[in-house]
Amino acid sequence: MLRKIRIILACFFFVAVTLLFLNVSWNLNLWLGWVAKVQFLPALLALNFGVLAVLIVLTLVFGRLYCSVVCPLGVMQDVFAWAGKKHKKNRYGYSPEKKWLRYSVLAVFIVCLIIGFAPVTTLLAPYSSYGRVVNSLFKPLYDLLNNVLAGVAADYDSYAFSEVEIWMRSVTTFVVALLTFIILGVLAWRNGRTYCNTVCPVGTMLSFLSRFSLLRIRLDKDKCKNCSLCEKNCKAAAIDYKSGTVDYSRCVVCGDCTDKCKFDALHYEWALGGKDSKPVQPDSSRRAFLTGAALAVGTAAMAETKIKIDGGLAVIEDKQPPKRHTPLTPPGSQSLRNMNKHCTACQLCVSSCPNNVLRPSTDPMRFMQPEMSFERGFCRPECTHCSSVCPTGAIKQVTREDKTAIHIGHAVWIADNCIPVANGDECGACARHCPAWAIHMVDYTTKDGRTVQVPAINAEVCIGCGKCEYLCPARPFSAIYVEGNEVHHIN
Amino acid sequence: MTMNRRDFIKHTAAAVAGTSLLLTACNKSGAKTNKQTLENEETGKESDGEMTLRTNPNTGDKVSLLGFGMMRLPVVAGGTARENPDSPIDQEAVNEMVDYAMSHGVNYYDTSPAYCQGESENSTGIALSRYPRNSYFIATKLSNFSPQTWSREESMAMFERSLGYLRTDYVDYLLLHGIGMSGGDKDGMGAFYARYMDNGILDWLVEQKRAGRIRNLGFSYHGDVAVFDMLLRWHDEGKYHWDFVQIELNYLDWNYAKQINPRNTNASYLYAELAKRGIPAVIMEPLLGGRLARQPSTILRQMKEMDIDATPARWAFRYAGTPEGILTVLSGMTYIEHVKENCATYSPLRSITAQEDAMLMRIADELYNMKAVPCTACNYCMPCPYGLNIPIIFSYYNNCLADGLAAGDMNGMDKQFREDRKRWLVGYDRAEPRMRQADHCIGCNHCLSHCPQRIDIPREMQRIDRFVEKLKQS
Repeated sequence: MLRKIRIILACFFFVAVTLLFLNVSWNLNLWLGWVAKVQFLPALLALNFGVLAVLIVLTLVFGRLYCSVVCPLGVMQDVFAWAGKKHKKNRYGYSPEKKWLRYSVLAVFIVCLIIGFAPVTTLLAPYSSYGRVVNSLFKPLYDLLNNVLAGVAADYDSYAFSEVEIWMRSVTTFVVALLTFIILGVLAWRNGRTYCNTVCPVGTMLSFLSRFSLLRIRLDKDKCKNCSLCEKNCKAAAIDYKSGTVDYSRCVVCGDCTDKCKFDALHYEWALGGKDSKPVQPDSSRRAFLTGAALAVGTAAMAETKIKIDGGLAVIEDKQPPKRHTPLTPPGSQSLRNMNKHCTACQLCVSSCPNNVLRPSTDPMRFMQPEMSFERGFCRPECTHCSSVCPTGAIKQVTREDKTAIHIGHAVWIADNCIPVANGDECGACARHCPAWAIHMVDYTTKDGRTVQVPAINAEVCIGCGKCEYLCPARPFSAIYVEGNEVHHIN
Repeated sequence: MTMNRRDFIKHTAAAVAGTSLLLTACNKSGAKTNKQTLENEETGKESDGEMTLRTNPNTGDKVSLLGFGMMRLPVVAGGTARENPDSPIDQEAVNEMVDYAMSHGVNYYDTSPAYCQGESENSTGIALSRYPRNSYFIATKLSNFSPQTWSREESMAMFERSLGYLRTDYVDYLLLHGIGMSGGDKDGMGAFYARYMDNGILDWLVEQKRAGRIRNLGFSYHGDVAVFDMLLRWHDEGKYHWDFVQIELNYLDWNYAKQINPRNTNASYLYAELAKRGIPAVIMEPLLGGRLARQPSTILRQMKEMDIDATPARWAFRYAGTPEGILTVLSGMTYIEHVKENCATYSPLRSITAQEDAMLMRIADELYNMKAVPCTACNYCMPCPYGLNIPIIFSYYNNCLADGLAAGDMNGMDKQFREDRKRWLVGYDRAEPRMRQADHCIGCNHCLSHCPQRIDIPREMQRIDRFVEKLKQS
């Protein structure tokens, strides 16, 4: 019973989070956005006390049900473990808690969280790890399928599907996601919840509470026939049938053991008043930690899908992102520091960005956190998607109207790239398209003495949307680009 | 100039009679043929009637009212060179169309060294050389697109190359191409002098005519009307004789060409000037690059109520073929279906009646008020140096206008609007990748001098971009 309920709930959360990251439809995202916001670490970073209180009470009552139901990375590992068990039955065994490892990882994590050292926190955040896996590995496949359907739809004059651009936003993030997927997959296949009970900082945090949970799995030694099936099916390696104890710091309340026991010796029941199974003493470790997890990973960078080019048209060179001294973060993120402190690099905003503006950073200090660039689109005035999906408060909710008054950066002009200066053609694309009226064309004398019209930028008025950079005809580097403001200016 | 068209046709007829030109009209116009033609239409697009022929007063040529324009020939990859610029011409399909046209009385074939990226003349030559040389008339041009071809030597070489490609030693109809168009850094008049006068090439062509290598010498006109007027004045003065003139004529351009674009001239004026002098007119753009073939449902309904079997294209061809001073109406046909339908329309021609004319003039009012971009997709503006696909953007915009897509108010509240908006935007991305869309026009104005319709392309691009932005933001 417990197991069935757990599986149904887990499926719901897992599918919902996955759909969110696949960015299946914006309306669906609005409906399902809450499944990201109830994730523990995002709620903690967003100081979402309501959610935190619910999660704490949930864990105090039911144990680490969170890890079995809500956390998508946990459920992903369960899927691998389930497949592993198909391959070889009764494959697990008890192992003692690796306290030193759990606590030192947690300590490092907390320190990094406080000082805002993003590379560690983003790598360890479990929900974000899953987000990256979907965003980097599955979303391209989903988009590919979508594009096939869009092609078919176009043949039948249907507008149900529209083609989307598939492109590599960041090679490093892709590699990290691939490694996460492979390492966790292998670990879960072989040993179940090893990662959750040794590395995951959320698992460790919740374990402090789950030790005292009201409802817990108990092994009734009187009924037990020492068949060891419960221990061999405990993916958390938390049951020691010989001593009849269960380690509640690691039990994720999956219910597999109660289902497996043929003698009705295992029950999920109130802890108060019954005989308690004490946490076991450390035993000699039977398994090497992280068994041969190191796997050679082919840097199979996915080939970027080629953009269609009709033969007789002028060839258009791809744009290259400029080197920005201050990276650009989306309206609502308030400042680089706020983004850096709150973001767990789950990539939900990257998945949701319909304009191909957001991508994960490769800067080690902001590792995989989102930043903006305008080679394929600009931050459209009517769009506030990233600010509505962000679960951690790294991008706070803004409205269309708010956006018009948030200056995330300011445009900068590069004379040598500018078309009128370079080849004498009239242009003015940037000035014509600027939604903030921040660009005006003025006379300018080139080095060879020609007078041409070039953009003059009113940096105080510029909101940094990037439309000028996107539409600038200079390639591969735009003659006008947006430099970030460390703290977004508001007026 | 908004002369009533019926009156005008009467005037024309009088003028034609007055100058005792015997333009033989083979159509037995009137109620007598209506019955039979209608029956033909009902049984399909094939027609058993005879192709209407018009007589060239200069040479006595009996020219089919339908002329085959070789500008929009099919390519192997599908569509025309406009959609697939690198694909070679589908010669088999061309031959098949020419075979059908020849067997249904079409004997006027109009090409140019510039058409289909320079491939049209050769393809035309291949298709036609399978028939006796006296069974068809070839029209080709001394084209003016690139100032590099403006020298005397280059021009002579261009003419000789045309003869080679067309596998013949004479051209029936030779045109100065696109009189009145600006070119290089010159305006219409300047470009005309630089192209045809300063190098003495017009006189050379007159010599060629005298030598029998050109049977009829004329010009096609786009753009600056001062050049058109000047050439006709020369005709009156006896300085040069024009055997024929090619103009743009259709029921929209009849009275609206100038209103749509003040730099253009109404077809009613151009035709009147030619008819007055008895110069036979060759008609181009009877469908405005296909735009008149695809009508919005409101207009289609009016047409169908008048004649349930006729297509919008048939109406346009009947209109263009009705004035008796017209020698032939060119149709740039891409598919065999076009050839079949157009042959049927003119086998024989049923002249437009007064009532029908009134309807078409009403429709022209409506079309004018739709503010479509008057692009005929001739592709002369391409390639845009900044990568835009100009004709595709315009035709997509016009088609959406014709379909009434997202034409309603922009408050974005009702469901129909939301669906239309999605169709518009998704279809736009399908029509052209984003980096070739209207927002990428920088206004460099390189295209301006190439457009025979004299469309202010950058301004239209900005108009379309503003519309798209409004759609996206609603």
